[in-house]
Amino acid sequence: MTATTAQASHGHAHHEELPFIRKYVFSSDHKIIAIQFMFLSLLFLLLGGLLAMAVRWQLGFPGQPLPFGRLLGEGVAPSGVIAPKFYLGLVTMHATYMIFFAIMPLLVGTFANYLIPLKIGAPDMAFPRLNMWSFWLMIPAGTFALLSLYAEGGSPAAGWTGYAPLSNTPVYSGVSTGQIYWCLGIAVFALSSLLGSVNYITTVINLRAPGMHWFRLPLSVWALFITAILAVLAVPILAGAIIMLLFDQVLGTHFYLPSGGGQPLLWQHLFWFFGHPEVYILILPAMGIVSDIIANGSRKPIFGYHSMVYALCTIAFLGWVVWGHHMFQSGMNPTLGTTFMASTILIAVPTAIKVFNWMGTMWRGNLQLHVPMLNAIGFVAMFVIGGLSGIFMASAPVDMYIHDTYFIVAHIHYVLFGGSLFAIFAGIYFWYPKMFGRQMDETLGKWHFWLTFVTYNATFFPMHILGVAGHMRRIYDPNTYEFLRPLQSLNTFISVSAFLLLGSQLPFMWNFVRSLARPKMTDINPWRDNGLEWTLPSPPPHGNYATPPIVLHGPYEYSRPDTAEDFLPQDQPLPAHQETR
Amino acid sequence: MAHAAAMPDAAPAVPAHQPSAGTLGVYTQKLGMWVFLTSEVMFFTALIGSYVILRWGTATEWPDPTKTLAVGITAVNTFILICSSVSMVKAYAAAVHDDQPGLKKWLLTTVVGGATFVGIQFMEYRNLLHEGFRPSSGLFGSTFYVMTGFHGFHVTCGVISMAYVTLRAFQGKYAGGKYEGIETIGLYWHFVDLVWIILFTIVYLI
Repeated sequence: MTATTAQASHGHAHHEELPFIRKYVFSSDHKIIAIQFMFLSLLFLLLGGLLAMAVRWQLGFPGQPLPFGRLLGEGVAPSGVIAPKFYLGLVTMHATYMIFFAIMPLLVGTFANYLIPLKIGAPDMAFPRLNMWSFWLMIPAGTFALLSLYAEGGSPAAGWTGYAPLSNTPVYSGVSTGQIYWCLGIAVFALSSLLGSVNYITTVINLRAPGMHWFRLPLSVWALFITAILAVLAVPILAGAIIMLLFDQVLGTHFYLPSGGGQPLLWQHLFWFFGHPEVYILILPAMGIVSDIIANGSRKPIFGYHSMVYALCTIAFLGWVVWGHHMFQSGMNPTLGTTFMASTILIAVPTAIKVFNWMGTMWRGNLQLHVPMLNAIGFVAMFVIGGLSGIFMASAPVDMYIHDTYFIVAHIHYVLFGGSLFAIFAGIYFWYPKMFGRQMDETLGKWHFWLTFVTYNATFFPMHILGVAGHMRRIYDPNTYEFLRPLQSLNTFISVSAFLLLGSQLPFMWNFVRSLARPKMTDINPWRDNGLEWTLPSPPPHGNYATPPIVLHGPYEYSRPDTAEDFLPQDQPLPAHQETR
Repeated sequence: MAHAAAMPDAAPAVPAHQPSAGTLGVYTQKLGMWVFLTSEVMFFTALIGSYVILRWGTATEWPDPTKTLAVGITAVNTFILICSSVSMVKAYAAAVHDDQPGLKKWLLTTVVGGATFVGIQFMEYRNLLHEGFRPSSGLFGSTFYVMTGFHGFHVTCGVISMAYVTLRAFQGKYAGGKYEGIETIGLYWHFVDLVWIILFTIVYLI
């Protein structure tokens, strides 16, 4: 596809008035594409959240009819009670929507698209049309993903990891069409993600404004750049794996079928060889966004800028050599398992560097506890818990015990919700004024943060206890097992917290929609930030910069004693006596 | 793939012989193509790696490929594809030296070479399917069709793109030594050629 993009070298005249459909629908402007990604993925985030509520209802109140459950249809929820098969579909599709259609497009599709060209002083992405296709491919991908939920014969039930042979043998799971749609959705998603990532990498390398040296890049751009490299290398592996899975279902091939000589473990290796870099695709952009916001909210230069960059690179590199820690239970050679254990635990080092640097940035800073900053601090706190539980499961002997329990569920939610999602909220609150020219309501934002923070912890922290008590993940009715019955009250508590957690998102939704109708802000730089994007009007015009900005220093010049203000945008000169870095 | 045809990108109009280079000294289209090819390498790695594991990672007997596959005709086909890479190099040289008749001639040769390859592969598939060798015919069939099929798909995309480039060459869009488009699609062409040499070796010959 890129083959032909490349030779079309007739430049696209920027700044001209485009008809509505080209400007806001089939737009090639990175800012519009980012906002399109944001709306689409927020819808999937809501849908994924609703599926989780159904899961929690079944676990908290097993066998009781779900309120409004009859709306789901008799086929999946007879008399409103979720059927066991549909329960597995809910679990599978909750994770699929959240990972591939909510968190990843929010972090990458939205923030990479919006921030990279603005923050490096570029007029647009390197390949704007390709960028547009990256968004529009998400529509068929999302459609397949939606169709699979209600496909004939039931929704995919093999979990988001789609382990073979469960996923490629309809007689095992009872699902055929749904699983095929699932594969197609992910395959198209992979293509979309690929087009986006090629764009981000090329843009960061080639389209930086004069003076924007590598070590003057904001950490958000660094993180998104490294993420794009991970995506370009990892997502094709998923594409290859999922195509073979699809062929096992529709063409009768035997890649993962032992009966035909295939190997189920091959799927696991391919999936996790993609899957572990994917984990960092889901967290590195969050780290970058949080780094920018914490420096801003502390009114201090980021602590250890270079070490932050090197830590990002180290995490990204190590992410390639740890996939086996997802497979300790697959019967692998224990010596090999030890190697994977060591490489995994090694990741704690660069991660800890980042955490300490964030704390070092905040230490004795002039903390501005605005909503983006609160969410960013929430990210650091929750990510530490998620990171620590990660060390438990990285140790093969401990993992033997907690594997496939709610401990894993707790861990992934601490890093994906407590980590990525808090960073996404921070980013949305922070750049919403840039995107729409209006600020979100601060009070509602604080309500949203604190309610979410409390109910989120009430929901996910007890899952550690469930896991250590041996509660398996993805089971329909824990009360089937004698030893899990005493935990029912804890399950009910988690479920009630989860419902409150969903309710806590109402202030955000209202705030998001209502703020669109607020009066335009007059302040060009409401957060007093150093980023180049804040030198532009909000929202920035098509083509961003009339003339390329000249970058004179790094992005974290806060509270210098020799400047009048406590910030210094990247295109403003440093005081004369100071040598530029 | 056809939609990609009319994709203008942000590269500014550049003076002849002087493509605008970024910090790496590589112009944007070429850089984008290299990044894209990196991901293509990973895609074929997934397929070829799986093949290696499935074939050599178990003790099961693997059928002799020469008994099922038409090695002779495919060898000729391989030669045709390699020749089309040579003509691609000729086309690039012609573009750099602003030799318009040469550019058109060599681009056409490349398109014809690629199309012939796809055509012969199509005939081969038809014969094999006729003989009852299907994707469901054990791991040999599964891996054969997936690997060569995705390669054939890449060549087909390449032929369509190359036909578009040829059309533009006939419109004089690459006059004045504007070789970037030719060089960029050439990278893709050589990559697809290289993948085939690997596939031919490990699927047909070994």
